[in-house]
Amino acid sequence: MYKGARVETIVSISWETLLDGVKKGNVRSLARIITLVENREPGWKDAMKSLYPLGGKAKIVGITGSPGAGKSTLTNAVARDFVARGYTVGIIAVDPSSPFSGGALLGDRLRMRDVVTLPEIFIRSMATRGALGGLCQGARDIARILDAFGKDVVIIETVGVGQDEVEVVKAADLVMVVCVPGQGDGIQALKAGIMEIADLYVVNKADREGADEVVADIGGMLDISDNGGRPQPPVIKTSALANQGITELVDALVQGFESGRNADSWQAQRVKEEILTLVETEILDYLRENWERTGDLDKAVEGILEKQTDPYSVVDSLLPLIREASRSKETT
Amino acid sequence: MNNKKIRVLIAKPGLDGHERGARIIAYGLRDAGFEVIYTGLRQSPEQIVSAALQEDVDVIGLSILSGAHLSLTKKVVDQLKSNDAEDILLVVGGVVPEQDVASLKEMGVAGVFTAGTSVSQVAQFISEQVNA
Repeated sequence: MYKGARVETIVSISWETLLDGVKKGNVRSLARIITLVENREPGWKDAMKSLYPLGGKAKIVGITGSPGAGKSTLTNAVARDFVARGYTVGIIAVDPSSPFSGGALLGDRLRMRDVVTLPEIFIRSMATRGALGGLCQGARDIARILDAFGKDVVIIETVGVGQDEVEVVKAADLVMVVCVPGQGDGIQALKAGIMEIADLYVVNKADREGADEVVADIGGMLDISDNGGRPQPPVIKTSALANQGITELVDALVQGFESGRNADSWQAQRVKEEILTLVETEILDYLRENWERTGDLDKAVEGILEKQTDPYSVVDSLLPLIREASRSKETT
Repeated sequence: MNNKKIRVLIAKPGLDGHERGARIIAYGLRDAGFEVIYTGLRQSPEQIVSAALQEDVDVIGLSILSGAHLSLTKKVVDQLKSNDAEDILLVVGGVVPEQDVASLKEMGVAGVFTAGTSVSQVAQFISEQVNA
């Protein structure tokens, strides 16, 4: 039976069964846990708590770069190479949600044809869902679940626009920034603070004219930038479609796993940021629920629109709720 | 805070290259608020079901204009059965003669949408079925 069977299944399958399935390597349990955690279904935090100790072994690679740079095709090629070297790979492919309908078109699988059927690879498409700081945490959660499932490498492929990118790659151990010839001065993508987060530069579509100029541009920027004493990130030319330069790229990634910033203070900084993000979300959710129930938020908006008050006074008047929220956090 | 979204996989099994219908449906369902995973042309039933499982979709939509809808759909259904995934809602769109609709439904297809169906009809059908 197809019709209606699913609703029953969701309710009847408990977190415990799913967690057990993940531990046993069941792909469906893995996929369902990801959904439930992504949806923040009741119990998601407990599930993450029990998955957390199982992980910590996977290396997480973030891939970012402007739209059309070939991130998906590159992910496909890199994942295939990793599998050939004996690694298992999880891929999180992020695409934007529409801010209007809340829907999303997730098309990264189109470019990952070589790897979609490999049993060593699990691909999950993820929509940004426009959540406050949620993308980073969402990707981090899924990466952690894939890690607990036993994937050796997790690749997070980002949307490729805006400051969100910088956020999402914070979930990664190694970040590669993909550039292509023919986009302005070749380093447009590096303007948005992405320079600071790259461990590795890839000049993709290197069979095209202008690739060497892009490499030179990046090299020039690296020469004048302060890298905090770390070695300069390598710049690698690839043509993902023609499968050129992929071996060198994966060599560099593997080398990065060993030498990367994984070991230093970066790790502590990351954990700190994650805690703050989680707390922020919890408090905001709590406040929003309260405000929506009491109608205080609507009243405040009305007051501001009628010029009786201002946003700053509203925040001050609502602050007691925050204290209440922190108290309830302490007791639960 | 719960933010569940209906997830739909749109795939074209078989060899026909007529992609426009599938794309229109994919865009339309996105605009209806669904998360649509689009896998494109020439997907084998194994690829389709494997993608559906990994993406944990609520619905698989097959777009077939080759005339091979009966055999291709059958293969997808078989794959779903052997993966214990018959709870995923299956719908078919494309060029399907009237007399084949019953056969498809017998296989377990929940809805068949032929030429002239509006995207909003498809979206409404999916919403009702998934939230039923």
